[in-house]
Amino acid sequence: MKILIQNGSLVLPDGVKKGDVLIEGGKIAALLDSGSKVGDAEIVDAKGLLVSPGLIDLHSHLREPGFEYKETIATGTRAAAKGGFTSVCCMANTKPVNDNAAVTELIKLKAKREGVVRVYPIGAATKGLKGEELTEMGELQESGVVAVSDDGRSIVDANRMRLVLTYAAHFNLPVVTHPEDLNLTNNGAMNEGYWSTVLGLSGITRAAEETIIARDCHLAALTGARLHVAHVSTAGGADIVRLYKAKGAKITAETTPHYLYATDDWVDGYDPSTRVNPPLRTKDDVTALIAALKDGTIDCIATDHAPHHFDDKNLEYALASTGISGFETALGVCWTALVAPGHMTGEQLLSKMTSAPAELFSLPGGVIAEGGVADITIIDPSEEWVVDSSLFLSKGKNTPFNGKKLTGNVVRTFVGGERVYERGV
Amino acid sequence: MAFSQKHLLGLRGVSADDINEILNTADLMKVILASNNKKTPHLQGKTILTVFYENSTRTRLSFELASKYMGGVAANMSASGSSVAKGESLIDTARTLDRMASDVLILRHPMTGAPHLMSQHVKASVINAGDGTNEHPTQALLDMFTMKEKLGGLSGLKVAIVGDVMHSRVARSNLWGLTTMGASVTFAGPPTLLPPELAAAGCVVTESVDDALRDADVVMGLRIQLERQQKGLFPSVREYHKLFGLTPERLKLAKKGALVMHPGPMNRGVEISSFVADSPESVIDEQVTNGVAVRMALLFLLTRNNG
Repeated sequence: MKILIQNGSLVLPDGVKKGDVLIEGGKIAALLDSGSKVGDAEIVDAKGLLVSPGLIDLHSHLREPGFEYKETIATGTRAAAKGGFTSVCCMANTKPVNDNAAVTELIKLKAKREGVVRVYPIGAATKGLKGEELTEMGELQESGVVAVSDDGRSIVDANRMRLVLTYAAHFNLPVVTHPEDLNLTNNGAMNEGYWSTVLGLSGITRAAEETIIARDCHLAALTGARLHVAHVSTAGGADIVRLYKAKGAKITAETTPHYLYATDDWVDGYDPSTRVNPPLRTKDDVTALIAALKDGTIDCIATDHAPHHFDDKNLEYALASTGISGFETALGVCWTALVAPGHMTGEQLLSKMTSAPAELFSLPGGVIAEGGVADITIIDPSEEWVVDSSLFLSKGKNTPFNGKKLTGNVVRTFVGGERVYERGV
Repeated sequence: MAFSQKHLLGLRGVSADDINEILNTADLMKVILASNNKKTPHLQGKTILTVFYENSTRTRLSFELASKYMGGVAANMSASGSSVAKGESLIDTARTLDRMASDVLILRHPMTGAPHLMSQHVKASVINAGDGTNEHPTQALLDMFTMKEKLGGLSGLKVAIVGDVMHSRVARSNLWGLTTMGASVTFAGPPTLLPPELAAAGCVVTESVDDALRDADVVMGLRIQLERQQKGLFPSVREYHKLFGLTPERLKLAKKGALVMHPGPMNRGVEISSFVADSPESVIDEQVTNGVAVRMALLFLLTRNNG
């Protein structure tokens, strides 16, 4: 079966051009001039819309196996598709932990059977995420993990982190660090600063994040390993990444839509949907993160999609689980935070969500090119919409963006030429 | 001026009009308390529940007595010995208590924001009797009542608050209340016990107790929890008292006749010397009496609003 996406603005590696995309056999068969005639092809009209490579998320929590009450691969991948994602990497903090090939294979099997987007598991760096014994990274890689990480907690012991990096480098596997010094966080519930003082909540200093970023960047330089810094949320964290990149260490970094838009004053009122780890920071941090994204210090945007059950959030603020259900608002939040105010072009933003992440973890897709996989997201850059979390396909309705007006929305998503999401259908 | 609050979750954002309404009403309540027949019908037919997840002597008893003096039905629930010990959530407990036809729920809870959460799930009015390290609004109201009674007003007063400001809900509630009423507030304490960026909230912050006390109209000591020493927040009780304690020598820096206050319970010889606590300037005992009057006023105003 053929599909012809007509009259759209194609987001190509060398710029945005009007044109048509012909999909056949799950691949991009041809890039054609606008208004081309192709016999027997189903037509998708993309007039006035952007035809982008499918979005790629290097950081999400699909919760399966073990926490199916929060999310499943079936619901999580449908939410991802609605958010325009065609590939998602899922973290290892499942139950059991994805620290062995059997769990990786299970996730892949479930994704194939029940999922609608490509799922790339990230394996644990240490057994049981305990920060002690190394996982069998060789076998994990053979089973399909694209990186290793103890995301959810830091590897506390610096020597263990060094060993993880050294061993992972043997397989050229990126190590994703979750930078959080658990002594410095001091059981904090939000960013330490004016608002933690005003609200009477215990604060988490930025230094809790930055000291581990510095430690791990230094260890990456020492070992020559590939380090990917997860969810950078502070100006200082970006500065450290910039410094070590300049030294030539193999370091990459991500931030998330919420750290580019939401700030710690949103915690006023104690709404647990604003509780996330690392915590929402300040306007100065947002400004610095946008600059770091623009100058390439931060390579890509990942969602850290962290769905939670209603009961895990409907609690006293400091007892509520941390995390934001992020797939379905990622593009709108980024467009609203970055493109609408003119910080970057839509094309620049999309590269941070498509080609850049694809390159970092060597994933297929990320570009629209003849012969490539037909992973395509059609975007209406001017659509204004109001977030209604009750309409989320994710089981996790936990979002601080509920009720917010956003600009930019996903209209259709194709994975391997299959329609996996259509707006309003 | 009509009292506009449905709940009292904190003093941040509460208007001067509302605070005045409570303080003026408390004047009348204090007259009743001082009379030979401490009985009014203001809370007849009303049910007041104190819901305490933390220990308390004066706050809980004063709410209970305030309810009873005004003819209300008062009952209390402690976390230990209740379904909380069986793992019941705050919201479920709140709903249960609400359904017992209660008009006011008075909550003390170790988690910041707990009364705010409770208020979203009940019909009753909620009074915050201390949440985590956030606020303890009725303590600040009784403090302000005492200052106003003794010094004639609040506007223009210089109030020094000394001690563990970081963890103190009394400090925060006094900050919001006093600044709304036109007083100026100076906080002092060791740097490990001062919260970040506090000055941006409209007060003066110093690590020098002497500086804070100079020319103060009111000197308030905050309770220091001795377990903070084990957590490394100060080296010893001995050094704490020496550098940050309220001593007779330091008190001389304050205005002559400056009021000495403390929310209790005190650690004598730590944050406050007995010679200061028991001095003629000390109004610590009167604070307790005023606590009953202020809570009577608040209960009356909240239940009257509810019709």
